[in-house]
Amino acid sequence: MFRKTHTEPVDPAAGNGILSRRIFLEGAVVVGATGAGLSRGSAEPLTVQPWMKVPGAGFAGYGQPSPFESKVVKVFPPPPNPPGVGASRTPLHMLEGMITPSGLHFERSHSGVPEIDPDQHRLVIHGLVKRPLVFTVEALSRYPMQSRIAFIECGGNSLALNAPQAQPLNVAATHGLMGCSEWTGVRLSTLLDEAGIEPEARWVIAEGADAAAMSRSIPLTKAMDDALLCLYQNGERVRPSNGYPVRLLLPGFEGNMNVKWLRRLKLTAGPAMTKDETSKYTILLKNEKAWQFVFPMEVKSVITRPSPGLALRGPGFYEISGLAWSGNGSIRQVDVSADGGRSWAPAALQGPILPKAPVRFRAAWQWNGGPAVLQSRATDEMGMVQPTRAQFANERGLRGIYHYNAIASWRIDEKGEASNVYA
Amino acid sequence: MFTLKPIAACASMLTIAPAALAQVPQFGQPIAPADIAAWDISIGPDGAGLPPSRGTAIEGEAIYVAKCQACHGEKGINPSVALSGALVGGMGTLAPDKTPIKTVGSYWPYATTLFDYTRRAMPFQESKSLTADEIYAVSAYILNLNGIIGSNDVMDAQSLPKVRMPNQDGFIPFPRNPK
Ligand code: HEC
Repeated sequence: MFRKTHTEPVDPAAGNGILSRRIFLEGAVVVGATGAGLSRGSAEPLTVQPWMKVPGAGFAGYGQPSPFESKVVKVFPPPPNPPGVGASRTPLHMLEGMITPSGLHFERSHSGVPEIDPDQHRLVIHGLVKRPLVFTVEALSRYPMQSRIAFIECGGNSLALNAPQAQPLNVAATHGLMGCSEWTGVRLSTLLDEAGIEPEARWVIAEGADAAAMSRSIPLTKAMDDALLCLYQNGERVRPSNGYPVRLLLPGFEGNMNVKWLRRLKLTAGPAMTKDETSKYTILLKNEKAWQFVFPMEVKSVITRPSPGLALRGPGFYEISGLAWSGNGSIRQVDVSADGGRSWAPAALQGPILPKAPVRFRAAWQWNGGPAVLQSRATDEMGMVQPTRAQFANERGLRGIYHYNAIASWRIDEKGEASNVYA
Repeated sequence: MFTLKPIAACASMLTIAPAALAQVPQFGQPIAPADIAAWDISIGPDGAGLPPSRGTAIEGEAIYVAKCQACHGEKGINPSVALSGALVGGMGTLAPDKTPIKTVGSYWPYATTLFDYTRRAMPFQESKSLTADEIYAVSAYILNLNGIIGSNDVMDAQSLPKVRMPNQDGFIPFPRNPK
């Protein structure tokens, strides 16, 4: 089969150089687009490199990235914090596709990463159940399993964008508390059915086996809907920093509720009002009230390339690439703008488009070398549209810390440097 | 695109369904509630789960100074360790347009949470090391520093859930949770 190439020019689709997404959908060609200002002089003559002349390395039990990729790492603040408090962030701007490599999946822990011997780990289900039950990891591994690709986003992701002045931050710092894996495990509903739910039960208190015994109350409806007890992450056992040997996945819900190192599930009539659902992860509004139990991570997107730290190399053609996700379902549309939101054009969405999983979007951009402000705006299947920063602040103010999902803006200056701005 | 027509195979699938149901796996081991007790550390806002024992702020001060102050600061006001948080003060800072200082006193809706969290997670370096008496006492001390209880008020399973926190009515449900 031959690919059909369209040679007519791709139309501008929005202001300041945003081109039609036909280039991605139909393989159309951008006539006149050049290799981004790189001189198109002749390439150097080719020589045979040394690694073609002697045998390469032997086998390794567990593969590692190329040493030339050593800068692609999670970022986290240096001590003096007590070890394991705080978060490490995914370098989203250095990654492509929708899946986060397990070793780069962000982590938020409240008292470090416990080293758990899976043979000694236990999960207990008790409280308002007919039969309290204990499960070994081996027992959990014998149930029929299910896989799903889902994002987990920390409730505190993007909190730096609440600041009154835009800070010089890159995508890892602004959006790096979101990662996506293929998670495999046992449906929680299967185990709750086995234990037998008492009619008064409405909540499930989930607790981790870390030193903080991190604990959250989860509505029983979610537990019975799509909650998964995950044993595997991207095909291998869940990483310790992500909850080895078993973590809870509540697709689309606030990251903190997806309790890692899960050791206990207690069914109750009411929520426990734990520290992380009262003191933390509640959203103080403009008035004195705070939203409590804010479950879904609402529709959001970010341009990962170009972005702060990834400078453009002269005027010309660029692909704008980014991620869009919604805790309420699938992404329906992503629009991009190069003029700070004055005009928009739809980006191409790269499949698979899955509910509660990030979608990679792409747009074509002919940069004319002048100033530009790049933005992306996602819409989900519920019709919810990612708010502007002003709309976001208008609804709830900027004192809420958590669940910041407003449109992010990267300003491109004449040198091609990108920076975080409020536009 | 094709549309599959309903086919006769459905009938034969139905006949195997009952056998499959009978094989629903059950690998959980029953456990007596008494044997879960050591793990069952959740405390409800109604006080469910609070152990016997008691403590006062006067008794709690020494525990706080020895085991908490290094990170949370003298009298809970100036934490010296990032992310540990002030435990005391901030009253009135939730008001519109103010920069909120959220502490046990200014923000937390339930005093039971203080017992629950201290027992499961604090002191940071050696969690689950305090006795129930010590946890009641240090909780009483933090509540007293916030001006919520008196220095001789006894905190126990009956009194702690009855403590009325200043911001108890400060929380409202999120309007867009899934049904
Ligand atoms: C080594 C430092 C350290 C010591 C000692 C320590 N804490 Fe903490 N404390 C922390 C950190 C760090 C956190 C935040 C944990 C997190 O991120 O979830 C915290 C959180 C808390 C909180 C929740 C604060 C909030 O606003 O949400 C309370 C309450 C608390 N500690 C009480 C105590 C008590 C009581 C003691 C003494 C018995 C104590 N801590 C000893 C470091 C410490």
